[in-house]
Amino acid sequence: MVNNIALLTDVPILNVQLLLDGLLIGAIFALAAYGLALVWGVMNVKNLAQGDLVIMGGYIAWYLSELGVHPIFGLPIAIVLMFAFGWVVYFLIIRYVIERDLFTSLLATFGLALVIQQLLNLAFGPEVQITESGFAIRSMFEGMVTMADIKFIALCLAAVLATIIVTFMKYSRMGQAIRATAQDPRAAKVMGIDTGRVYAFTFALNSAICGAAGVLISMIWIIQPFFGMSHSIRSFVIVTAAGLGNLPGVIIAGLGLGVAEQYAGFVLGAELQQFSVVALLVAVLVVRQIVQGRRRQAVQ
Amino acid sequence: MTKWLRNIPALAVAMAGAGIIGAAPADAKVEGDTIILGSAISFTGKYSTNGIHASNGYDLAVKRINEMGGVKVGGKSYKLKIKYYDDESTPLRTAQLGERLIKQDGIKFLLGPYSSATTTAMAPITEKYKIPMVEAEGAARSLFTKGYKYLFAVLSTSEQYLAPVIDVAAEIAKKAGKKPSSLRIAMVFENDPFSQDVRAGVIDAVKKHGMKIVLDDKMPRDLADISATLTKVRALKPDVLVASGHSKGAATAARQIKEMKIDVPMIAMTHCEAAKIIKKFGSSADGFLCPTQWGETLAYKGDTFGSAMDYDTLFKKTYSGYKNVPYQAAQASAAVMVWKDAFERANSFDTEKVRQALSETDMKTFYGSIKFSKAGNNIAKPMVLRQIQKGKFKIVAPLKWASAPVEHPRKVPGM
Repeated sequence: MVNNIALLTDVPILNVQLLLDGLLIGAIFALAAYGLALVWGVMNVKNLAQGDLVIMGGYIAWYLSELGVHPIFGLPIAIVLMFAFGWVVYFLIIRYVIERDLFTSLLATFGLALVIQQLLNLAFGPEVQITESGFAIRSMFEGMVTMADIKFIALCLAAVLATIIVTFMKYSRMGQAIRATAQDPRAAKVMGIDTGRVYAFTFALNSAICGAAGVLISMIWIIQPFFGMSHSIRSFVIVTAAGLGNLPGVIIAGLGLGVAEQYAGFVLGAELQQFSVVALLVAVLVVRQIVQGRRRQAVQ
Repeated sequence: MTKWLRNIPALAVAMAGAGIIGAAPADAKVEGDTIILGSAISFTGKYSTNGIHASNGYDLAVKRINEMGGVKVGGKSYKLKIKYYDDESTPLRTAQLGERLIKQDGIKFLLGPYSSATTTAMAPITEKYKIPMVEAEGAARSLFTKGYKYLFAVLSTSEQYLAPVIDVAAEIAKKAGKKPSSLRIAMVFENDPFSQDVRAGVIDAVKKHGMKIVLDDKMPRDLADISATLTKVRALKPDVLVASGHSKGAATAARQIKEMKIDVPMIAMTHCEAAKIIKKFGSSADGFLCPTQWGETLAYKGDTFGSAMDYDTLFKKTYSGYKNVPYQAAQASAAVMVWKDAFERANSFDTEKVRQALSETDMKTFYGSIKFSKAGNNIAKPMVLRQIQKGKFKIVAPLKWASAPVEHPRKVPGM
């Protein structure tokens, strides 16, 4: 560990690589996490299948690329298919658990995660898959820093998608209805908002967002039917850190998590890279508890 | 009818009792003129792809042996047949099915499951009932350190996977007038029994040559990113980079080595074929060294299938959809051949006599020579090292089978 820190100070340019890798992948984490924040905030459903929806999106891109469709063009297709999938899942499962307690929604979405994993395994087999964008790879600083163009493109696409979603939430009728329902579902209902439809749309929108994140992930990392859980955990860490309905917070937490993972992998070794995600979750919860405790005392 | 049904548990207990005492009739595992082998293998779950490759290998050998007159024991010809169960890629299920094959189905001769994990679960069962098992797909070294007497494996054990790479690197250093001990090695291994065995083999070889390990990272089970590790590799500039973490490790490493333009003179990893890195990464996979249990271009020969190339041709003709014959299938076929050979030499179906015959196996096959150590692993067949050269696997070590010299140093595409 000490050696690794020494290496970072000896060759400071390595920090650029770690930051770059972390920020670029963090943007995709933030995208998936925003979907979770939406479902959590509006419907109070803690979706444990979040990562599996991401992986599903990745498989759509992979399948299309096997048919000769470039994964970038797979993006809109994955969004549409995953939106439809989310809508169906809402009517089959989610609508029965919205009003129930925390554990029912956790159990139901955990079950959903298992079903998605096994279906993907049956349909596509357990092999690791990747999609190749075929874009160039840039070298900088005499080859000490490299960046694949696809990572930058993924960052831009993630940003564009986020902008579209934010605009939609702010200005469209449905977006306003979603926000109204999030604030007070009963009042929204009284005002004539079809909350059932709002919920269905929200869950479907989340699936679509996950699908988009999955397409981008499949071009940068690798996908496998059972890789969903680690993406779910990342989303939970980000949302817990940022809080619900806090988009800038989600973006900052997502980017921060990406960078933290890279540094943990470098300094502590690859075996503790994912551990750092969970450790951060614990740290965030402890800090929040302390901060809240102080606030409560202040009120008293 | 109901009375009869009520008696079933008693009957089962009696049958199980008979099995344990070993007083079951001699043909409990041989029905008429058919010898029944049993196997719990992964048809579903995460090992299913390779489980199916292995069962195809078993089936092809059974078919071939039966066509060629079967197994001759006591002057009579017997056909082979395999009773399969699906272990769903879970070791616990493998163990349960092992009990079922032995106790309920009365199988006396087993073929192994797919993977080290499931074989590790099966071995104590076969040991308990003193039922010999010839396995072809469990390479973990730990299988052969427990003193098992009824376990025989035709494949090379996992610590031999990447150790030859270190020897090759030492040889190249010597030729270039450098001391092998001056070489610096970077390692990335998954934190699972198989990959850690591979790592142990590499460490032994590194110690033998007095080389220095500059990086020793472990990948967790579901990590899809080793870019932080590769960033260290870039800074440390090692002479050799070795990686092992099943298909996902190979896919992740190949992708990120390409994306980060990692410039190490020698790069070696396991599971190149399984991860299809040539197909997926094209020329950027050139120069990678990949160990394999078997390759169709090897000059191995035996009686049932002829040469390695003959096996390759027959396999592709029998099963459609294969562009390359996976070594998992070849070694499975070899395991069935070992059974045939042992039955014929034992000239009996007594499990103890057959076990004795198995332990004295010394045969040449299309898959390589097979001779078991006391621990049950095959000590006659070396691991083969191939290098990806212009998109093709070329054998580079051991030298007597090499079809091309090692390309060294590896050229980074696009640099």
